[in-house]
Amino acid sequence: MTKVSMTVNGEAAEGEAEGRTLLVEFLREELGLTGTHVGCDTSQCGACVVHVDGKAVKACTIFALEAEGAEVRTIEGMANPDGSLTVVQQAFQDHHGLQCGFCTPGMVMSAAALLEENPRPSEAEIRDYLEGNICRCTGYHNIVKAVLAASGQDADRIAAE
Amino acid sequence: MPKDHGIGAASKRREDVRFLTGTGNYTDDINLPRQLYVHFLRSDIAHGEIRHIDTSDAEGMPGVKRVFTGKDFEGVGGLPCGWQVTDKHGQPMQEPAHPVIAQGKVRHVGEILAAVVADSRERARDAAEAIEFDIAELPAVVDMKAALADDAPKVHDDLDGNLCYDWGFVEENRAKVDAAIREAAHVTTLELVNNRLVANPMEPRVAVGDYSRADDQSTLYTTSQNPHVIRLLMGAFVLGIPEHKLRVVAPDVGGGFGSKIFHYAEEAFCTFAARQLGRPVKWTSTRSEAFMSDAHGRDHVTKIELALDAENNFTAIRTETHANMGAYLSTFAPSVPTWLHGTLMAGNYRTPNIYVNVKAVFTNTVPVDAYRGAGRPEATFQLERVIDKAARELGVDPIALRRQNFVTEFPYATPVAVEYDTGDYNATMDKLEEIADIEGFEARRRESEAKGKLRGLGVNAYIEACGIAPSNLVGQLGARAGLYDAATVRVNATGSISVMVGAHSHGQGHETSFPQVISEMLGIGEDQVEIVHGDTSKIPFGMGTYGSRSLAVCGSAMVRATEKVVAKAKKIAAHLLEAAEADIELRDGKFTVAGTDKEVAWGDVTLAAYVPHNYPLEDIEPGLEETAFYDPANFTYPAGAYACEVEVDPETGKVTIERFAAADDFGNVINPMIVDGQVHGGIAQGIGQALLENCAYDETGQLVSASYMDYAMPRADDVPFYAVDHSCQTPCTHNPLGVKGCGEAGAIGSPPTIVNAVIDALHSGGHKVGHIDMPLTPARVWAAMQD
Repeated sequence: MTKVSMTVNGEAAEGEAEGRTLLVEFLREELGLTGTHVGCDTSQCGACVVHVDGKAVKACTIFALEAEGAEVRTIEGMANPDGSLTVVQQAFQDHHGLQCGFCTPGMVMSAAALLEENPRPSEAEIRDYLEGNICRCTGYHNIVKAVLAASGQDADRIAAE
Repeated sequence: MPKDHGIGAASKRREDVRFLTGTGNYTDDINLPRQLYVHFLRSDIAHGEIRHIDTSDAEGMPGVKRVFTGKDFEGVGGLPCGWQVTDKHGQPMQEPAHPVIAQGKVRHVGEILAAVVADSRERARDAAEAIEFDIAELPAVVDMKAALADDAPKVHDDLDGNLCYDWGFVEENRAKVDAAIREAAHVTTLELVNNRLVANPMEPRVAVGDYSRADDQSTLYTTSQNPHVIRLLMGAFVLGIPEHKLRVVAPDVGGGFGSKIFHYAEEAFCTFAARQLGRPVKWTSTRSEAFMSDAHGRDHVTKIELALDAENNFTAIRTETHANMGAYLSTFAPSVPTWLHGTLMAGNYRTPNIYVNVKAVFTNTVPVDAYRGAGRPEATFQLERVIDKAARELGVDPIALRRQNFVTEFPYATPVAVEYDTGDYNATMDKLEEIADIEGFEARRRESEAKGKLRGLGVNAYIEACGIAPSNLVGQLGARAGLYDAATVRVNATGSISVMVGAHSHGQGHETSFPQVISEMLGIGEDQVEIVHGDTSKIPFGMGTYGSRSLAVCGSAMVRATEKVVAKAKKIAAHLLEAAEADIELRDGKFTVAGTDKEVAWGDVTLAAYVPHNYPLEDIEPGLEETAFYDPANFTYPAGAYACEVEVDPETGKVTIERFAAADDFGNVINPMIVDGQVHGGIAQGIGQALLENCAYDETGQLVSASYMDYAMPRADDVPFYAVDHSCQTPCTHNPLGVKGCGEAGAIGSPPTIVNAVIDALHSGGHKVGHIDMPLTPARVWAAMQD
């Protein structure tokens, strides 16, 4: 076991990890941040997406020790300081972009990263960017609408075209 | 003006806030003090005799508490099957023992050989690698028809071959059907495969067993769609724990789609091991384990014949299906190809003569059971494909052929034992033609052709039977349980309400839609109502959520309980208002005396019920809480019509879905936003089945598609926006809400739509292709174009 420290959601976080401990396991089991989920074991599903130093990263693709000193943001750190939902989160609720909620943390983290990179993505760009996040419930319709809406576009009109 | 609350309002989902902020409580988020972890050593051989297992090295590894093998479960019950099918000769199906841990033989890849319990997940996994075992490999059976050969290897030595049952439905119809086919003006025949699928809810299964010596109480936290069913099956049949000593909790559950209905070995193991070790025992499935231990779906091979007279009226349908059961009978497996499939073979059509034969077969594969739609997608697929093929053979319009044969008068008793209460199939087809812009298709086809693509249009209807109950009927059909549901409406002293429901929400939004119903009935805010579900210690009883039944069955129980609450509250209000009970009306959260301005607020009445200082104690008890069980008189019959336009790249065979439209009749709708979402998700799973997904075994029984690297899940760029409509509403006649259920429709209606569209595209390019089996991968479509 090795000591590892990083900043998680703006706060200093410290814990112990084996060399083989994945960042997602460290977040869930050592820090108790269970909002980040594990949906597969081949880095395909995207349920574990977090932001590491501002970039969307599947937290099953890096070891906890590799995140030493990093700035990590998880779904627990996404809401506004007063606890209200951010624009992206609110758009997911407004457009019913989630059902069982299991893929949702990764989906929100990916969507937020996309809008950081591309503030007004097209439908095709959204679908392409979210290709690494699998949702089994929504058929993606309302997820894509939520991201369109979060970027200030008329999601209902675009979806009906 | 759309409503902003109550029945029909698109109320935003309250459960979203916790899911969007990472504060949900899924089973894997539960960690108990002194918790141990189990790692299951699973067979990588499909069929073999266990000669020797040596766990001594593993037991000496750091952190290991105990290693369990089949021997430890010799005195423990096997996993029960909840449905007994009677074959066409009146004999019960063959029912093999289903051990928690393999005993003597392994029968599919993924079967549990041994279980290591240790103080960390990693140590349990490490120790499992130190278990020595010797399995003598036996020939495996994978193909169903080969499994029925006289000299086929037997999956179960103590059974008479690999045939579970040979079911004929309705046996009395058979001679008439044969005659009608002989005398038909035209018979269209189609042989097809309904591909094996894996449900793949994004949350893998998890079980945490706990045991308290202090009160001899066992608790199982599990990813289940129906915690009471698990308590009954595991308590009564596997571990022998009475209900009052066993609590089953299914907290937030990350999707189910049927795969979390069933009672699984891992649940029984964790509960058992926690009692043995006196410490909590946790198992979290990996996705790879999920592929080889979650029950699979579909896997039918069918021949269907459709007979028509000279005027193109359907006169008979005859089908022969082989249905894969896998190596053991999962909880409801026998019902899927029979009662959930044969009863739907009439579809939306007036076909007077129908006979369905199903041979259920054991193979050395993972057990197969219900997956979204369960039997009804298989029925719809074959029927809507053969009708399309008939239309092409006869040179008639496929929509017109369907319309000509639609059932138009209700109630309608089919020749396959069910009675449709309401429907209007022409109305949904009219709506579909409008929202899909069928008229504009030819212009869009020309545009595609100008780009070098083949464009096809597929259209079909579907019907399903859901709202699964009625108990007396399913009992006759072989169910070993009732299928009613229950709700308790607990009105608190200050007027807020907790509703304990037997339905379980794992994405369906019950926490939002159920309060809409009570808000409508009582005239109080939706936020005054909270839904409690998923814990056998909090809820009176319930059969859970599957078969699109939550609102139709459990919602109806909630309505009945609320009616009882209102009846009692009116007595209290009459007393407070010094009026006759018959004159009391409840509106907008107030009780009034008809024809006067006398009123008393909801909250004053509820307070009086709990602080009964001025109360009719001689007539009624204090308190305001009522329970109802609801057992409907019939299934519900949602129906609709779907259209899909595809483009096929003639160079590569790649299919893209350009447009998809769904016009559904779900009866009354409580929350249209949630209903839309259910349809979207179902359609995406149908697209997955039609184009992408295939659970594949090789001939030795190796599972070839055991990860998301090999099993193609639909992703955001595989699907289009969908046009969905549920404005055609013929309310169900036998539940108080008039609702029909919407959870499975999309997955039932859509696979034939897509295949019909691809076949149409290929014909437009001059390729006279009769059928391509799903999934319609580029390789399969390209190959079909070369013939």
